[in-house]
Amino acid sequence: MALASDSYLVLVVFLIAAVLFALGPLALAWLWRRRFSPAKPGPGKNAVYECGLESQGDAWVRFRSEYYLYAIVFLVFDVEAVFLLPFAVAFTGLPVGAAVAMLVFLLLLVEGLVWAWGKGVLTWR
Amino acid sequence: MMETALRSELRKQGIFLTTLEELYNWGRKNSVWPLGFGLACCAIEMIAASMARWDLARFGAEVFRPSPRQADLMVVAGTVTKKMAPQVVRLYNQMAEPKYVIAMGACAISGGPFKQGYNVLKGIDRYLPVDVHIPGCPPRPEALLHAFMTLQQKIAAQPLTGPHRPRHLIAAAPSEYPIPEFGAHDLVPPNNPEIWQPPSITPAA
Repeated sequence: MALASDSYLVLVVFLIAAVLFALGPLALAWLWRRRFSPAKPGPGKNAVYECGLESQGDAWVRFRSEYYLYAIVFLVFDVEAVFLLPFAVAFTGLPVGAAVAMLVFLLLLVEGLVWAWGKGVLTWR
Repeated sequence: MMETALRSELRKQGIFLTTLEELYNWGRKNSVWPLGFGLACCAIEMIAASMARWDLARFGAEVFRPSPRQADLMVVAGTVTKKMAPQVVRLYNQMAEPKYVIAMGACAISGGPFKQGYNVLKGIDRYLPVDVHIPGCPPRPEALLHAFMTLQQKIAAQPLTGPHRPRHLIAAAPSEYPIPEFGAHDLVPPNNPEIWQPPSITPAA
């Protein structure tokens, strides 16, 4: 049989079934809305959601892309804290190699901080 | 059309028949998404009801949504101050259809122990159409579960057509209610006259 010889056909059938499974309920919901549920838009319903308060100004504000620098500098401290805690707990039992590796790791992170400092990221503008 | 008695008789024999109406209401009553919204101490009981011990997930209502766009049940859990009332009504207005309201606790029903307070709304049903009232101060999570079950029964009993169909299927039924504003002494208007009238003390003729 073709089905036995061409095993990929099963995958194709499965793919079509999966797409129909996803689109079927959406299509049913759309048909249901057309037939039964009247749309009820309104000025309050369509207004910008702001925890129940009236929104001030435009909702489509832009955030400066420079904020990514704060995220990266935060990551330096974040990763440091995550690794420093187990490092400190196991410090007395560590071999010299592990301690040196950890210090090199710390140095790399501190280097990143120094770089950011040198670039003037830490000055508030 | 299959009669209800015949349907239940067939169901006993192991033959399951249903109607579109029953199927729709079954889906609707088991996917009520509450708005994650608490006003006072009743909210703590509401949160407890959604946790593992009382397990609101059994009723399909465990997804507390952080936005009214994704919610269709507002549990008014706590004292509604007059300062908060416009925000509560606005949140209700911004919810998607169908919308339901559960007034949880004595405060949301009537102002409760703070009824005499100058800044306490004496019941959210002055501005919103409440489906289920739960008494208690605060009601236990079991009482909230009971309110959910009552709401489910209410949903299950609604016909799809005719004058008693649910509000969201009636084109003329409003989706938004007027938001009260701060007046000189009280909220203006003090209640929505279309859904709530102060009780009359003169006996009916």
